[in-house]
Amino acid sequence: MADVIRDNLNPDGIDRRGFLKCMAWAGTGTLCALSGGILSSSALGAASKHQMNPMKPDLSFVQISDSHIGFNKAANPDVTATLRQAIAKINALPTPPAFVLHTGDLTQLSTPDEFDALNQELKSVRTEKIFFVPGEHDVLNDNGRQFLDRFGRDSHGSGWYSFNHSGVHFIGLVNVLNLKAGGLGSLGNDQLEWLKADVKHLKSSTPIVVFAHIPLWTIYPQWGWGTDDSEQALSYLKRFGSVTVLNGHIHQTMQKIEGNITFHTAMSTAFPQPAPGTAPSPGPMVVPADTLSSMLGVRDVNFVRGQHTLAVVDSTLEEP
Amino acid sequence: MKFAKLLFMSVFLVGIAGCIGRTVLSAQAAKDASSQQIKIDNFSFNPQQLTIAQGTTVVWANNDDVPHTVVGTHQEFRSKALDTSDQFSFTFTKPGTYEYFCSVHPMMTGTIIVK
Repeated sequence: MADVIRDNLNPDGIDRRGFLKCMAWAGTGTLCALSGGILSSSALGAASKHQMNPMKPDLSFVQISDSHIGFNKAANPDVTATLRQAIAKINALPTPPAFVLHTGDLTQLSTPDEFDALNQELKSVRTEKIFFVPGEHDVLNDNGRQFLDRFGRDSHGSGWYSFNHSGVHFIGLVNVLNLKAGGLGSLGNDQLEWLKADVKHLKSSTPIVVFAHIPLWTIYPQWGWGTDDSEQALSYLKRFGSVTVLNGHIHQTMQKIEGNITFHTAMSTAFPQPAPGTAPSPGPMVVPADTLSSMLGVRDVNFVRGQHTLAVVDSTLEEP
Repeated sequence: MKFAKLLFMSVFLVGIAGCIGRTVLSAQAAKDASSQQIKIDNFSFNPQQLTIAQGTTVVWANNDDVPHTVVGTHQEFRSKALDTSDQFSFTFTKPGTYEYFCSVHPMMTGTIIVK
């Protein structure tokens, strides 16, 4: 299968075959990047990263997710140790990230001690700032009050916000509160109205990055892997030429492209979860101790002005 | 004098034993007659539907590695987050059908029917 796209019916520059080839590589620690209409994939490693990005990116940032500080069961008795490995990986990047996005489930049980321990660990990350959105594990018992007090001082409603960096518009959303019986993740009307107004004034050429805990596309509703009103949120973003959606929650990488919107879920820094439908439940997956670090990881994202898709690089804790 | 003291002590001890016996017995009876357990396993309530007599106490026990909650759809009852091995109990005093769910994983739902 050639990497060069011959029949490109979509202005995205990505056809289904090329994407599927890239998909086949994803999850084994692969860089999928789009450059000049050619979709490429290559095994991860410092050398290949440089080959893929001959131009210095205008912006580099990192996504980490699902640290679950406080978890101590068989799937990973020491989640602090694996978070430290993830931090070491971030600190070893050739270009320090401008900032880090943490896409939720910072803690296991929302206790003050767990939040404090996470904060303590993240102090060693070499970056300017860390942005957070809550996971369902961070809002137990208090409807997200503690999370908001600690991380959401400049946010709206139950913790959503946006900011601009290097010409990219970033939007952090909350979809883990006020969940309804039988339903999936939820954004709610107040947040949807805010989002509509937030992007209204932006030019369609502005690159958009949306980040939230639960996937904003329906992956596996039987396990709650989706958001009930994500379609409405995405309808406000359809006119933009480049939209990248970054989620956590499912502790494994998955990608999907829909028009100009590219969806990515991230690995956890704590423990893996099973592929959809391959286990009785989505609970923590116990794997042999020597393979755990190959299922946890961090994500490096690079933006080059003028290129309309962000380069997303997932690498596991096992890789050098 | 000595005999009287001994007699008094014996009566006293028998009295205590009787009280303890009754307490243990009544607790046992309550457990048998008016307590039912629902297990939380693999992100589901087992049994998912439970029919009980009025006055029965239902005890939910979480066996997962993940915290869950037990929340009445109309807020009739609401547990804190239950970590592994934690329990929550609620006594149903009025007949009716009670739908409930886990507010952390809302696809987890269950029903209690009180007759």
